[in-house]
Amino acid sequence: MSVSVQSEDFDVGAETVALSTGRNEVGAVATFVGLVRADKCSQVGAGTTAIAAMTLEHYPGMTEKALTEIVTEAENRWPLQGVRVIHRIGRLQPGERIVFVGVASAHRGAAFAACEFIMDYLKTRAPFWKKEETPIGGQWVDARESDDQAAARWARDS
Amino acid sequence: MKLELRYFAGLREALDCAGESVDVPASVATVADLRQWLSARGGVWEALTTQKNLRSALDRTMLVLHAEAQSTLHEGAEVAFFPPVTGG
Repeated sequence: MSVSVQSEDFDVGAETVALSTGRNEVGAVATFVGLVRADKCSQVGAGTTAIAAMTLEHYPGMTEKALTEIVTEAENRWPLQGVRVIHRIGRLQPGERIVFVGVASAHRGAAFAACEFIMDYLKTRAPFWKKEETPIGGQWVDARESDDQAAARWARDS
Repeated sequence: MKLELRYFAGLREALDCAGESVDVPASVATVADLRQWLSARGGVWEALTTQKNLRSALDRTMLVLHAEAQSTLHEGAEVAFFPPVTGG
């Protein structure tokens, strides 16, 4: 398992290849890449310009801990051979990469499921906050109920 | 009891405060008590009890909703308050 919180961009190809290099038991690598969308600024009226950029704030010290706990939970649920999580912080423009999740496993089922699980939990449990730059100033992004529902799908009774 | 407090994102801006060291009276025993104690400062601090969905973390572990009343503080604890997270 490897978790990074950084301002620099990452190389999707290199990170993906690294997940299976030297591990011949890996039969599947599933990856997810999150990008900054050029959303319309919903809070300043219809038909306005797209956001110019966003800034990602986080909780130093807790962020790495939260991401590690999420990956550990994924490793407890599925047989995984490798997990890589990278989340960027600071100012990012539309089209830039924000997050990378890569999961290696013997079979695709575990790789797909664990990758989705990690993203759903990251969205609701990792301490990051997005602030969009709009024509009327900075706007903090509201949390989505759909993200809570996505994470709740993975809840266990025990 | 001395505590280290942290505030993030929109809450940090509203309070104009990223963090502080406080010494709370013995009556402040849980994270829920702390939230009430901070809110009682009045003004912008009332957001801690009036702003919808403000979350918290004790010693860098996010508290599940409604767990604050059972989350006991200790000397040197780090407590953070923040809006729902929006990463990813």
